[in-house]
Amino acid sequence: MRIAIVDESAARAAVIEEGLRDAGLSDVTVFVDRHGIAARLEALSPDVVLINLANPHRDELEELFALSRAMARPVAMFVDQSDVAGIDAAIDAGVSAYVVDGLKKERIRPVLELAIRRFRAYSRLRAELAEARSALAERNTVDAAKLLLMKKRGIDEPAAYAALRKAAMDSGRRIGDVADAIVTADRLMGDL
Amino acid sequence: MIPLRIGFLPLVDAALPILARELGFGEAEGLDLTLVRDMSWATVNDRLLYGHSDAAHLLAPLAIATTLGLGRPATSLSVPFVLGLNGNAITMRPGIAEEVTVVGQPGDVTAIGASLHAVAAAARAASKPLRFAVVHRYSSHNYMLRYWLLGCGIDPDADVEIVTVAPPFAADALARGEVDGICVGEPWNSVAVDRGVGVIVAVTSQIWLRGVEKVLAMRTSRMDEDRESTEKLLRALYRAGLAFVDPARLDTIAAILARPEYLDGSARLIRGAIADQIVFAKGQDAVHVPDFMFQHREAANFPWTSQAAWLYAQMARAGHVTANPADYQVAQRVFRPDVYRAALRPLGVPLPGASSKLEGGIADPLGVGTTQGRLILGGDRFFDARSFDPEQLDHYLAVDTAR
Repeated sequence: MRIAIVDESAARAAVIEEGLRDAGLSDVTVFVDRHGIAARLEALSPDVVLINLANPHRDELEELFALSRAMARPVAMFVDQSDVAGIDAAIDAGVSAYVVDGLKKERIRPVLELAIRRFRAYSRLRAELAEARSALAERNTVDAAKLLLMKKRGIDEPAAYAALRKAAMDSGRRIGDVADAIVTADRLMGDL
Repeated sequence: MIPLRIGFLPLVDAALPILARELGFGEAEGLDLTLVRDMSWATVNDRLLYGHSDAAHLLAPLAIATTLGLGRPATSLSVPFVLGLNGNAITMRPGIAEEVTVVGQPGDVTAIGASLHAVAAAARAASKPLRFAVVHRYSSHNYMLRYWLLGCGIDPDADVEIVTVAPPFAADALARGEVDGICVGEPWNSVAVDRGVGVIVAVTSQIWLRGVEKVLAMRTSRMDEDRESTEKLLRALYRAGLAFVDPARLDTIAAILARPEYLDGSARLIRGAIADQIVFAKGQDAVHVPDFMFQHREAANFPWTSQAAWLYAQMARAGHVTANPADYQVAQRVFRPDVYRAALRPLGVPLPGASSKLEGGIADPLGVGTTQGRLILGGDRFFDARSFDPEQLDHYLAVDTAR
């Protein structure tokens, strides 16, 4: 089965491609750049096109599928309309697919299920990365706030940290938020 | 409060659902409205079909195409409310605009079409045919553009190329020279003009003075399961339409629509479209184009089955469907005037007595029969003075064959 992955995110496309290859589906081509995609897709003539649900260029692709003679008229995903759970899972994960009409359900289902799993895995990775980034950013802010306190109040680092923690506990906020407020206030007030 | 999710694309004509939420009309009906923004019609349609949204701001022909099963398994959609008439324009590269119109002003679209005919023929002879972008295969934009081209003797398939570009990318496509013209809704024409990459050559109300545009679409099963919340939504949308045409609220409304979660654009450009004040070319003064966008008056929200019939006729002319009586009936039944009447009767607003009319048949304002209130419809002519009788589809299509 020949599969095309269309995704403006090269990282996500790579994650999906890897999953498909691991599952023994080796005829996979990735399209990241949308320019000239119509001609390239047509030349490839895939059986299945996997594309992220919210891809802003889907209307262009659907036009291409409606017109294409080389490609055997792929139809919008879920040839099996009765598979409600499968459809829900795909939409939740943000997967959409165009499948050549007439391709057997049993053959498509594992591809879609795999794509859904990989989309989810990618979202999870992204979320973890974002979390890690914000944790790092928070630590930087806390460090900056400590330095400010040390400089302005002439105290050492443990005392500065203790002051931050006390302020956080007294006001029922997170240390990161208190530190952020201090840094922001300092930026606004300058040397006042 | 009943939760309802409505899908939309960032366009000025998504105003009524947005305002139904932001101005509290939904809440007053006991609805908790959530707006779901996407960047392509395919995504809006998917969310609607698979229950991720309860209703959607949708292209009228796409609702018909989906019901007929074009390009995907058929799912029955219903249109109980029209979100507006017209509001689109045809914008061309400045170099081409200069050859076909007086840049900066609205002109006679028949004369512009005649000039375009010559430009298109020359471009085709040079093996670089003019390329136009429309927002979707099954869009009123595509059918309006085709209607105009055909009416000017330009074959939309042989003499020019028509491709699809989603609205938010239309101005970019023009700027990059990927296309020579775009037919798109606001604010994207004005964005192209503002960037100096395009000149508005015609607005769609010049092609058809009362052309059906975006609609509120729902899955038919979803609508029938819960008629009560559907009717509440229609009343909220109707009130939003009333607010939309109130000049005192113009600035407020433009500011709401411009917000990042909605159109994420310039309130100045959006305001121009709402006020029918159109800047045709960069550096020129705005021109008042009466009825450029038509969202409320004259029962504009009423889903005439003859509008669906006209769209089906255009789909047949474009070769998107092969006209047959069974599908023609299905297409017309997508529009649901009965649901509109049931929902709005309690508001005491004018309700047309008929569900279908001769499209393009009104030259001067005409009083029409109602089941409630008084209703006068303004002129609804097509630029070529042809009218469309939904009872005479074969006859209408035969004229093309004879061409």
